Amino acid sequence: MPDLTEKKDAGQIPSPREGAAAAAVAKPEKARSLGSDAWHDLRRRPIFVISALLILLLVVIAIAPGLFTSVDPRAGDLRAHYLGKPDYTNFFQADWFGYDIQGRSIYARVIYGARASVVVGICVTVGVTIVGGLTGMIAGYFGGWVDTIISRLTDVFFGIPLLLGSLVILNAFTSRTVWSVVFALVALGWTQMTRVMRGSVITIKQADFVTAAKALGAGTGRIMFRHILPNAIAPVIVVATIALGGYIALEATLSWLGIGLQDPTISWGIDISSAQKSIRTAPFALFFPAGMLSLTVLAFIMLGDAVRDALDPKLR
Amino acid sequence: MGRFVARRLLQMIPVFIGTTALIFFMVHVLPGDPVAAMWGDKAPDPVQLAALKHQMRFDEPLIQQYLDYMGGLVTGDFGKTLGNQRPVLDVITEALPVTIRLALLAFAIEIVLGVGIGLVSGLRRGKLFDKGTLVMTLLLISIPVPVLGFVFQTVFGQNLGWVTPTVQDSNDISQLVLPAVVLGSLSLAYVARLTRTSIAENIKADYVRTAVAKGLPRRKVIGTHLLRNSLIPVVTFLGTDLGALMGGAIVTEGIFNVKGVGNALFMAINHKEGPTVSGFVAFLVLVYLAAGLIVDLLYAVLDPRIRYA
Repeated sequence: MPDLTEKKDAGQIPSPREGAAAAAVAKPEKARSLGSDAWHDLRRRPIFVISALLILLLVVIAIAPGLFTSVDPRAGDLRAHYLGKPDYTNFFQADWFGYDIQGRSIYARVIYGARASVVVGICVTVGVTIVGGLTGMIAGYFGGWVDTIISRLTDVFFGIPLLLGSLVILNAFTSRTVWSVVFALVALGWTQMTRVMRGSVITIKQADFVTAAKALGAGTGRIMFRHILPNAIAPVIVVATIALGGYIALEATLSWLGIGLQDPTISWGIDISSAQKSIRTAPFALFFPAGMLSLTVLAFIMLGDAVRDALDPKLR
Repeated sequence: MGRFVARRLLQMIPVFIGTTALIFFMVHVLPGDPVAAMWGDKAPDPVQLAALKHQMRFDEPLIQQYLDYMGGLVTGDFGKTLGNQRPVLDVITEALPVTIRLALLAFAIEIVLGVGIGLVSGLRRGKLFDKGTLVMTLLLISIPVPVLGFVFQTVFGQNLGWVTPTVQDSNDISQLVLPAVVLGSLSLAYVARLTRTSIAENIKADYVRTAVAKGLPRRKVIGTHLLRNSLIPVVTFLGTDLGALMGGAIVTEGIFNVKGVGNALFMAINHKEGPTVSGFVAFLVLVYLAAGLIVDLLYAVLDPRIRYA
C-alpha cells in the first residue's frame, strides 16, 4: 500500500523557504516528512543548538555524575568545612563552589542533583504524553459517548491545579522517591495532553487519506497508529517539550516546600531550601543549585520554543 | 445571556462533584497513609496512630467517610488543624482577605505590565525592544518562583533597602507589592508573550487595514480595533492562571511571611499535617472553580461569539 501519510505531510506543510525549492525540483522522493523538515530547520537555529548541547551535557551528568566529580555528595565534615567559602580557581574540585551548612561539597551536590531533575522531567513528560496521547486519541477518534466520558474526566482533573493536587497525593507517601513525584505529576498532568491530542485527532480524522485507508480496508488500530498518529502528534510534541521545563521547576518547588523529594535523594530544590537559612552569611550555597536549576529549566524551555517554531509553520 | 449563565452553572455541578471526589480519592484510597505520614520517617506508635485515626474518622467505612466529607464540604467544614484544633474554615476566613489582596495585586501587575510590554513589542516586532522582551520573559519563565523570591528579597530588601525583607503588616498594601511582583512574574511573562504574538498576528488583519484606510488616528486603531481583538486569548489564559496564582501563593507567602492562606498551608506542610493540607486544598480548589466560573461569565460579556455559540 502506498505510504499516504508521507506525501500528505510534505504537501500540506512546506516550510516557506524549502517549500518553493521542493516544488521547483518536483521530485516526489525528495519530499520531506514533517519530522525531517523540522529537523532541517532546527539544525540551523543557534538557540536549538545551544539548548540541545546544554541538555546533552545535563543528561550525561545525570547518567554518570562520577565522571565530573570524585567527591561523595553526602559526605559532610562539619569541623573542616562548615559553610566553607568557594575557591573559584580550583576547577572541578570539592571546594570549587564551597561547602554547605553540613560541610558537604556544593559542587558535588550540584552535579549529583541533576539526576533527580532530569529523571522527573523526562519521566513525567513521557508519562503524560503516553497517557494523554492515548486517551486523546481514543476520545478524538471514536467520538460519541467515549469522547463525552473522557472529556468530562479531563474537566474534573483540570479543576485541580497541579501544585495543589500534588500536595495532596504526596502527603500520603511516608517516604517519597523520584517515582512518587513522577506518579503524582503524571496522575494530575495528563489531561493537558489529552485535550491537545483530541483536538488534533478530530481535525486529522476528516482528511482524505484516512477515508482512503478505510476504503482500502485498514483496521481501526492501523488507521489510528499508522495514519492518524504520525500526523496528529506534532502539537503534542510541542506542548510536551515546553511542559518539560515546567515539570522540572515544579519538582524543585515541591522539594523546596518539603513535600517533594526527601533527603537521601539529592535534589536542587532541597538544597535551595536548606541554603536559605544561611543566605546572609553564605549566599553561594543558594546561588549554585538555584543557578543550575534555572539553567536547566531555561535549556528545556528554549528547546521547546525552537521545536514549536519548527513544527508549527503557522507561527513562523 | 441568561441561558448561557444557566448552562454554565449546570455544567459546574458534575465538575464540582468530580473534583471533590478526586481529592477524597487521593486522600483515602491511594496507597499510602496520610495519618501515618505525620510521623515522617519514624515508625508511628500504633496506639497513638489508631487513636488519631479514630479521632479523624479514618477508621469508618469508606462510603461513610465520603458522605461525611461531602456533607462537610457543603456545610463549610474542612476539618480541624491538628495543633490547636481550630476549624480549617476559621483559619481560612481569617487569612483569605490578605491572600485575595495579594492575588488581585499580582493580577493587576501582570495585566498592566504584561499587556503593556506585549503591545509595545508586538507593534515593534523584530526591533530591539521586542528582542529584549523575548529574552527577559524567557529568563522570568525559567527561574523557579522560590529562587526568584529570594533573589528579589535579597536585592530589594537587604541590599537596596527599598522594602523590608519580610512583610511586617500583611494588611498594608504597600508592603505587599514586592510579594505580588514575585507572584505575578511568571504569568506576566506568559501574558507579555501571548499579547505580543496576538498583536503581531492581528496587525495584518483586514479590519486593521480598513481602520487605517478610512483615516482613523493611530491611537484609535490600536486601542479600539487591534488591542481589543488581540486580548481574547489573553483573557482565556488569565482564567486558567488563577490556579497557578493560588499554587504560587504558597511559595510567595512562605518566603515573604505574608499571613495569608498560602502561608497557613505552607505551615501545615512544614508541620506534616496531612489532613489539614487536604482540607486547605479542597477549599482552594472550590475557590478556583468559582473564580473560573466568574472569568467565563465575564468572558461571555466581553465576546458575544462565546455567548451564542
